[in-house]
Amino acid sequence: MLDKQNVENVFNLARIEIEENKKEFFAAQLSKIINFIDKLKELDVKGVEPMRGLHIKKNIFRKDKVKDFIYKEDILRNAPLTQDGYFKIPKVID
Amino acid sequence: MIDIISLTGLDISEGISKGGFKANEIYSFYYNRIKKIGSDLNCFVDVYAEGLTCEGRSPLKGVPIAIKDNICIKGKRITCASKILSSHIAVYDATVVERLKKSGLVVVGTTNMDEFAFGSSTENSFYGPAKNPWDKSRVVGGSSGGSAAAVAARIVPFALGSDTGGSIRQPSSLCGVVGFKPTYGRVSRFGLIAFSSSLDQIGPITTNFTDCASLLNIICGYDENDSTSVSLEVPDFTKSLQDNIEGLRVGVPKEYFGEGLDPEVRDAINKVIEVLKNKKAEIVEISLPTTDYAVAAYYIIASSEASSNLQRFDGIKYGIRAKCNGLKELYAKTRKEGFGEETQRRVLLGTYSLSSGYYDAYYLKALKVRRLIKNDFDSAFKKVDVILTPTSPTTAFKIGEKSDPLSMYLSDIYTISTNLAGLPAVSFPCGFTKGNLPVGCQIIGKEFDESTLVRVGYSYQSATDFHKKIPKE
Repeated sequence: MLDKQNVENVFNLARIEIEENKKEFFAAQLSKIINFIDKLKELDVKGVEPMRGLHIKKNIFRKDKVKDFIYKEDILRNAPLTQDGYFKIPKVID
Repeated sequence: MIDIISLTGLDISEGISKGGFKANEIYSFYYNRIKKIGSDLNCFVDVYAEGLTCEGRSPLKGVPIAIKDNICIKGKRITCASKILSSHIAVYDATVVERLKKSGLVVVGTTNMDEFAFGSSTENSFYGPAKNPWDKSRVVGGSSGGSAAAVAARIVPFALGSDTGGSIRQPSSLCGVVGFKPTYGRVSRFGLIAFSSSLDQIGPITTNFTDCASLLNIICGYDENDSTSVSLEVPDFTKSLQDNIEGLRVGVPKEYFGEGLDPEVRDAINKVIEVLKNKKAEIVEISLPTTDYAVAAYYIIASSEASSNLQRFDGIKYGIRAKCNGLKELYAKTRKEGFGEETQRRVLLGTYSLSSGYYDAYYLKALKVRRLIKNDFDSAFKKVDVILTPTSPTTAFKIGEKSDPLSMYLSDIYTISTNLAGLPAVSFPCGFTKGNLPVGCQIIGKEFDESTLVRVGYSYQSATDFHKKIPKE
């Protein structure tokens, strides 16, 4: 079961802000979902290899060739704030 | 003009090439239908007054197609039905869109969906729920609900959707159309906004298997821009449009007919079995014992991958940015304002499953269960050629009926396992309830054996006419 404190921690890890009055609500909902997925505990998976890829048996590389990157302006146009061809973010170093 | 909405995409294209009608007349015909009926059903996000296409030839040249709002169309808005991307303009064409345009198909616009494809009803959309053309008080299914509703209402001949846990097949079932999820790796996802990268697949939604096969021919194939796409020869799927399933072994898994299955759905599926028997297919009872654990494993894996894929929506590179002090607040406030409630829930569940102390118990455990599910299918396919199940335990439910997230998750109970195993599967209409709601039947195939699914579907549709029923306007 998740309590208000757990929920606050997960919201923080996910970098989503949560209002105080929503914590109980999410705690109850997530607890219910986690209670459901806990069903997996019934199953014995000793010796079972986790399935990480489907048909991919080896790493796939492309040729290391220089290509023109033509999307820069279009990409920057989608950003909320840019300056001199860069994304602009709040100051992170004092 | 003759009754265009009863024509297949192939008929329309042939009509254009033989001069029976003009491409621009076809486009305005559908554009007007979208404007008139589509707005009422809320199944489109954006509609283009002029269609997008390239010079190119194919048996579907000149036919309009709608694209789910999570697949990039260069120069057009792509929002994933999310507030956070509400002003985002795609900078390139997804590989599937490029292939459609180069085959002469005409892109008409983008369809409504659950935000980031998180949902089974298209109610989790920033633009509000889409409505089922068979009963407007009911959901269209999801997450490709806009695409399925648009095809069902014949306001576009066909559409593309994406399927992570049933998001093509379940809405196709609830709207009474053909929704095909190809094998993982068969279709490039380059330009599909990622939800769960080990599960996502793009596929066609059509009214019939003839159009389905023609569209598969266009969208399938290797793409160097998607390292998970597989470099295998793609067969001509139209060669499988044969009314012949004699001797085909059809597996019916007992786990898919248990508690929770609506009796009217069960009856309709039993009638499909009779049709296939009449065509001399062999029906074999099989067991997929891990079925009961699929939904739980799926929600761990899909949410974990989603929480990782959605990290990029941080208020810096895309869309909206909240007012804030400092970087951490920028992330947290933007994501709170930009993500809807279900998106937040999935990201939280994924973050929790991957977090220190829980990783082994949840994520790793789910990957092991995924292996067991795949093993179930591998054993079953030693005995049978295809597997037949209901697509969804119920028909379309009322808008607002499933307010509990968990009950919504369980509506994907029959479709999720095939994504976990990476297999191809299709849903097609197989009957109507007393309340005149469509019922869907699912056929699951072996890896890369889409051809057999096309053959079974075509054989079935040769003997029935459920796919020809059109909802009243």
